[in-house]
Amino acid sequence: MAAKRKRRTGGDRARPVVGVLAIQGDVEKHLAALERCGASGRRVLVPADLVGLSALVLPGGESTTISKGLDRHGLVEPIRAFAKAGGAVLGTCAGAILLARSSRNHPVPTLGLLDVEALRNAYGTQVDSFVAPADASSRPAWRGMECVFIRAPRLVDPGRGVEVLATVDSEPVLVRQGRRLACTFHPELTDDVRVHAALLELAKAGPIGGMDG
Amino acid sequence: MAKTTAGRGRGAKGAAGASRAAKAKVGGANGSRANGMTANGSGALRRGADAFMLKVGLAEMMKNGVIMDVTDVEQAKIAEDAGACAVMALERVPADIRRDGGVARMSAVDMIERIQRSVSIPVMAKCRIGHIAEARVLEALGVDFIDESEVLTPADDEHHIAKHDYRVPFVCGARNLGEALRRIGEGAAMIRTKGEAGSGNIVEAVRHLRSVIGEIRAIQALPAEELMSTARDMGAPYDLVRYVHEHGKLPVPNFAAGGVATPPDAALCRSLGAEAVFVGSGIFKSADPAARARAIVHACTHWDDPEEVLNACRGLGSAMEGLEMSSLAEDEKLANRGW
Repeated sequence: MAAKRKRRTGGDRARPVVGVLAIQGDVEKHLAALERCGASGRRVLVPADLVGLSALVLPGGESTTISKGLDRHGLVEPIRAFAKAGGAVLGTCAGAILLARSSRNHPVPTLGLLDVEALRNAYGTQVDSFVAPADASSRPAWRGMECVFIRAPRLVDPGRGVEVLATVDSEPVLVRQGRRLACTFHPELTDDVRVHAALLELAKAGPIGGMDG
Repeated sequence: MAKTTAGRGRGAKGAAGASRAAKAKVGGANGSRANGMTANGSGALRRGADAFMLKVGLAEMMKNGVIMDVTDVEQAKIAEDAGACAVMALERVPADIRRDGGVARMSAVDMIERIQRSVSIPVMAKCRIGHIAEARVLEALGVDFIDESEVLTPADDEHHIAKHDYRVPFVCGARNLGEALRRIGEGAAMIRTKGEAGSGNIVEAVRHLRSVIGEIRAIQALPAEELMSTARDMGAPYDLVRYVHEHGKLPVPNFAAGGVATPPDAALCRSLGAEAVFVGSGIFKSADPAARARAIVHACTHWDDPEEVLNACRGLGSAMEGLEMSSLAEDEKLANRGW
């Protein structure tokens, strides 16, 4: 199915093209957030859609559904290759679970691109969903950012290469490893575009051979 | 600044509720607000905009997905394995409710709990229209979404539930824009078409989708001074009519339901503007539920690629039997329940 889809052009240079995995989830909210940051968004459904992207977003949604879709669409290895070639990647909520090295609590197959373990539905069901600001142990640039947690996971046991950028209740909610960002909340549901802007900054940095796995 | 969690504490799970209440005190210093979900006139501000944002947020997460009716753990696992983004736990699928007749109520809580334990995707459950107490029971059970559904026998023939008062989000059915906006005004965080549940016939869902989307287009084109009389005529809250006029869409996700039986049915609903699809009887009343469930998920994702929808149509066996609408008397149509 991959070959049938026409390759699209990459857009003008000033306007980076960022892919949003479109198997399931709040794809449109991410596309809108990227537009607000001056990038143009592209839905990613088949490996050919990855060609020419500056960065890739794995959106919120159901990690079970998206994980099965990655497998059925033959996207697991192409996305790993994209990240390993230095492509910037952001995973939010379900997307963060998919980036992790493994997941617990009804585990789903993950991409293994981020050295953390994801604990799924770690706060409970929807009635336990909440909004909270990034707390004082966050890096200064992220403090006070409003974080929307919906049936959110926790990221536990981060490896040494993983930098914790923001925390809530002193637990990591936004982490970075090389050009890979993951957050357990939903930046696409607020007007705060700092997380998407950070992704675009990482994408801008040029080739990074050997920075990480 | 509003608190995050609306409504009451969580009873037995009070400890978790208390720690959440501490987190709920959000500072407004950076001025960031949920896009398009605060001043939408839904009445959410009375209860806390954050609470409504969290409810609509979960609905956003279900977009581009398929929500499947299941009646036991085995079906729930088949649905999850097929790629459903949520399951609706209920005792009988609509086709059986229609066949059996009698009063259809909220499902047995033991069955819902078994399904909650067996899958990791969100679990929805239905309560009767206007049945405040059934809704509270489902909320206490910790279901992820409540469908205040015309598929069950209404408990109140005049009033729907005041849904902003709950911490759990609600989805409601609608046949037209006025009905959709009335439900959103009451606090529904997701709208679905009513369609005609259990019929295996997509015609009513198409009618309702075209009606909602068509009326949205018409309101967008109106001059501002005509909005109030339009709101009066539609029986819809003025602020929500104005939101639709300004944004060209509902302030909450708009899904399709009622009569979806095949992959092209799902693709049709998506092409008419539905952002996700509910499938009730269509899967587990078909010859090969697992294959059909996978196929409908695939068609929902690739609704605008006919070759992929074609692929989804292969090897499915027979679909559920359908009902011709003219064979149903008006009082047999589930969609006529609610107002």
